[in-house]
Formats: sequence, C-alpha cells, structure tokens
Amino acid sequence: MSMNDKNFKYLTGPFSANNPVIVQILGICSALAVTVQLKPAIVMALSVTVVTAFSNLVMSLLRNGVPSRIRIIIQLVVIAALVILVDQVLKAYVFEISKQLSVYVGLIITNCIVMGRVEAFALANKPWPAFLDGVGNGLGYGLILVIVAFFRELFGSGTLLGYPVIPESWYATEGGWYTNCGLMLFPPMALIIVGCIIWVHRSHNKDLQEK
Amino acid sequence: MESLNIFIRSIFIDNMVFAFFFGMCSYIAVSKSVKTALGLGAAVTFVMTMTVPLNYLLYEYVLKEGALAWAGLPDLNLDFLTFIVFIATIAAFVQLVEMAVEKFSPTLYSQLGIFLPLIAVNCAIMGGSLFMQQKVDGGELASLWQSIVYGLGSGLGWWLAIVMMAAIREKTTYSHIPPALKGPGIAFIITGLMGIAFMIFSGIKL
Repeated sequence: MSMNDKNFKYLTGPFSANNPVIVQILGICSALAVTVQLKPAIVMALSVTVVTAFSNLVMSLLRNGVPSRIRIIIQLVVIAALVILVDQVLKAYVFEISKQLSVYVGLIITNCIVMGRVEAFALANKPWPAFLDGVGNGLGYGLILVIVAFFRELFGSGTLLGYPVIPESWYATEGGWYTNCGLMLFPPMALIIVGCIIWVHRSHNKDLQEK
Repeated sequence: MESLNIFIRSIFIDNMVFAFFFGMCSYIAVSKSVKTALGLGAAVTFVMTMTVPLNYLLYEYVLKEGALAWAGLPDLNLDFLTFIVFIATIAAFVQLVEMAVEKFSPTLYSQLGIFLPLIAVNCAIMGGSLFMQQKVDGGELASLWQSIVYGLGSGLGWWLAIVMMAAIREKTTYSHIPPALKGPGIAFIITGLMGIAFMIFSGIKL
C-alpha cells in the first residue's frame, strides 16, 4: 500500500508542488511558443508527456549499463530517437498542427524537462516509478501550457479550441464595444502570463518563496 | 548587403529570447549577475557561430532531399535524421568547448558550473540549427557564409538579452518586490516587458 502511495506521489507531485515549469523553471522555451492557441498547446503537451515518460523508462532500464562519462550523449540519442518517432506520427496524423508547431517539435530534444528528469530521477530509480515520474512531469508541463493557451486564445482571438466564444454582436465591427487584445498573440504576453501564474502559485505555497 | 540584413534581423528582430523564447532555462537561471551572464553569453555565441555552419554543411550535403547526388544517390532523402545529427554535432562540440574552458579559464569554468555542459541542451543552439534548416528550405539562407552570419547574429542577440536581463536583475535586488513574485516570477515579467520593447524593431523594413 505504502509503495502505491509513493508511486501516486511521483505521478501527482509535478502537478503543483513540484511543477516542472513554474517551480523547477524547466522547459520554458516551448511552453511559451506554442501557446497562441489551445489545440497546438494540447498536442505539444501530449508529445512531451510521451517523450518524457518513455525516455525515463528507457534510461531507467539502461541505468546500470551506462558509464557516467558518456551518459549525456546516450540520453540525447534515446531522446532524439523518441522525438523523431513523435514527429513522424504528428506529420502523418495531424499535419496542420505539426506545421504550426514547426521547429518546436524538434526542440523537445533540448527541452530541459526531459533531460532534467532523466538526470535527476530515472538514473537513480526503478523503471516503473521512473515512468510515472515522466508521465507526471509531462502532464504538469501540459497543465501550465493549457492555462497559458486558454488565456491567450480567449483574449487574443476570442475563440477556444477554434470555436468562437465571444458573441459576435459584442465586437466593435458589429456595433458592439469589444475588441480582441492583439498583444496577447505576441510572444511577450506569454512570459507575463507565466510570471502571473508563478505569482499566484507562490502566494498559495509560501514555502516556495525566495527569501 | 544580404548578409548584413540577416545579421541585423537575427540580433534585433528575430531575437532568440524575445521573439522565440529560446534558451529560457539558462537565461532565467544564470542572469543573476552580469559577470556570469557575460561568460555564458560568450560561450553560447561561440558555440552557435560554430555549430550552425557545421550543421548547414551536414544538411546541405548529406541530409537534404537529393543532397547525396554528389555520391551518386540522388533519390535518397535523409531529412528525418536531422534532429539526431544536429544534436550529436552540438553535443560533441560542446564537449570540446567544455574541455577547452576547463583548461584555459578554471575560474569561468567553476562559475558556469552545470550550465556549461547544459549548453548542449540549450534550446537556443538547437533552435538556431533548426531555424537554419527552415531558412535553407525557404531559400533565405543560401551559402555557408550566410549561415555563419546567421549563427553569429543569433548568438549575439541572446548574449545581449541575457546581459541586459542580468543588469536589471542586479538592480532589482534592492527593490521591494512582493515576496511571492521574487526570483523567477519577476524575471518572467521583466523579460515580457523587454520583449514588448523589442517589438519596435519588427517595424524595420530590411
């Protein structure tokens, strides 16, 4: 039972208390760039979850056979192979979104979350906990992506997942008072939103605050 | 003239940090003092100036569709291998730089600590190579020289960003920031504001 509790913690810890993006400050590059709309953000979150989970699993299985001097290059090969697989699957089934994500799929290789979890967790733990840790961190990352993308898409283009949610009659062009905030579509706003998420999160978790 | 355009565009308009968020992890973590920021910026610029052209050669003559025509294999398309080849080049090169820095400047080596090997997974460097690939496909980068200029410009842009950030953060040590916002929180918001300032460059017509 206690073992199961521990495993459960590996899975859920990264959602809030140990979130990779807002607590460990990892994997930010892609977290911000793909969040103009919800759909690519969700696809990106799933891709990263798959890569983190399986790279953790594979490296954990290999952990006793890999000399520490060459481990970085082996990790990179494992991760790059997984990312190539994900990239090919995305190109085959969701080509439009894969075009939107452009170079950021390739950048999963250099996403610090993947590398960081392998280094910090998978190399010292058994395969199953490592796999759960990977899934947890991928989902924790996805959670932030979805929150940021939600606000950017809602205020930037007035849609969610591509469906219009702001009534047509509100818009200034239709005689209303509302205009979309074009600034939301630009990169700097993603940074400011993440800054605000960190602010809210740390005011609720006082132990994370810097002295 | 073309090269000058690429140079200015990659520093200011397509700035790695403000326009694409590349290399944010080390950007946030190492921008606490100007001195370390200068060191890391220099290392990143150097690695980028070298790896972008190296990867350009590999892409142009080995990986691109039909690139192996010189070897008598015009039908071969290896471009699914780009990720793995790019990252291998970068990792090997970073290993070399790490050894050189350790030998010639032990102070810088100990200051940069874990971030030196982490340059290998700095998204700015991989991103530079991936954008180079995109630009080659789009016909924007047409020669080895231009790829060197692009690598150098992108590196300098990142360097500029991290040094500016470090200078601002040194000042904010003395400001009254809400405790929950201290550290990364305020760093993100400052970067966002700097990014908005950098958006003025996008009005430049080159």
